[in-house]
Amino acid sequence: MIEILINIVLFFFMIVTAIAVLRMQRLFGVVMLSGVFSLLSALLFVTLDAVDVAFTEAAVGAGITTVLMLGTMALTAREEKLRSNFSPVPLIVVLVTGAVLIYGTLDMPHFGAADSPAQTQVANVYLTESPDDIGVPNVVTAILASYRGYDTLGETVVVFTACVGVLMLIGSFARRGVRLPRRRRRGPSS
Amino acid sequence: MSVDFIISHMNYWLFIVLMMTGFYIVVSRGNFIKKIIGLNIFQSAVFMFYISLGKVTGGTAPIFPLKLENIDPSVVYSNPLPHVLILTAIVVGVATTALGLALIVRIREEFGTIEEEDILEIESDMQAKDNRRHGDAMGGRA
Repeated sequence: MIEILINIVLFFFMIVTAIAVLRMQRLFGVVMLSGVFSLLSALLFVTLDAVDVAFTEAAVGAGITTVLMLGTMALTAREEKLRSNFSPVPLIVVLVTGAVLIYGTLDMPHFGAADSPAQTQVANVYLTESPDDIGVPNVVTAILASYRGYDTLGETVVVFTACVGVLMLIGSFARRGVRLPRRRRRGPSS
Repeated sequence: MSVDFIISHMNYWLFIVLMMTGFYIVVSRGNFIKKIIGLNIFQSAVFMFYISLGKVTGGTAPIFPLKLENIDPSVVYSNPLPHVLILTAIVVGVATTALGLALIVRIREEFGTIEEEDILEIESDMQAKDNRRHGDAMGGRA
């Protein structure tokens, strides 16, 4: 019961943060608030027993993402332009989507139920066999590095691809606009 | 709908509220950095939803005692599988965020702005100019 109460309080904070992101014009504040949001979600992960996810979120979500956003902000703009016209279409789309999603949760298993399908299938195998199979105390590490090692390899491939993409877009090899051909012709002679 | 039902589904609904706030930021704001932050909020809400599916009431984090022969079979552990999936998803999320931000930097270099409305205006101007030029080349017939 107390856990649900803590969850609700953390959620309240997160929703306030998200609404502040929506309303704020200065991008520096927006980026900082997104860091705050990540830290709050890390707290929520701790109350939901996902400690590994919590520290990843705190380090990667609140740390690296905030740095990346600050860098982008410094290279682009500091202020959001105020839009003149308010259109009701986004609000309607969002409300309808939300209503459909809530309808979808109605026949879901109760929060924290030990007999829900997610709990009764493969999770038990991991929890009972991994001490013998892998011998690592942290089950999450055991699954991540061994049972689902290919999954983690795929993740690495995605990160590598994103890295290559970023380098091609803004790295020193990037082709920048229409000015490049002239610069290239001058290159060998100078 | 009993009180019990509401309390046991409250978490899911709160995630959905959060997710829709992120979604609203993405569709209603024109600033690209804000759009990316909205996407991150949306994504975090999905992560929380997954993690809450793995939670078992009265359970603890799925970490055994250091001496593996001391494992107490009566202790309830939460489901470790969603944790693994979301760990992967967080890292992938940061990679895609970085790619999106790089695109924003390029857009700013090309257009001088990162507001959606301004870019649409510039593009329609370019289109109109192109049309006029082609029209002249074809002797005013296009």
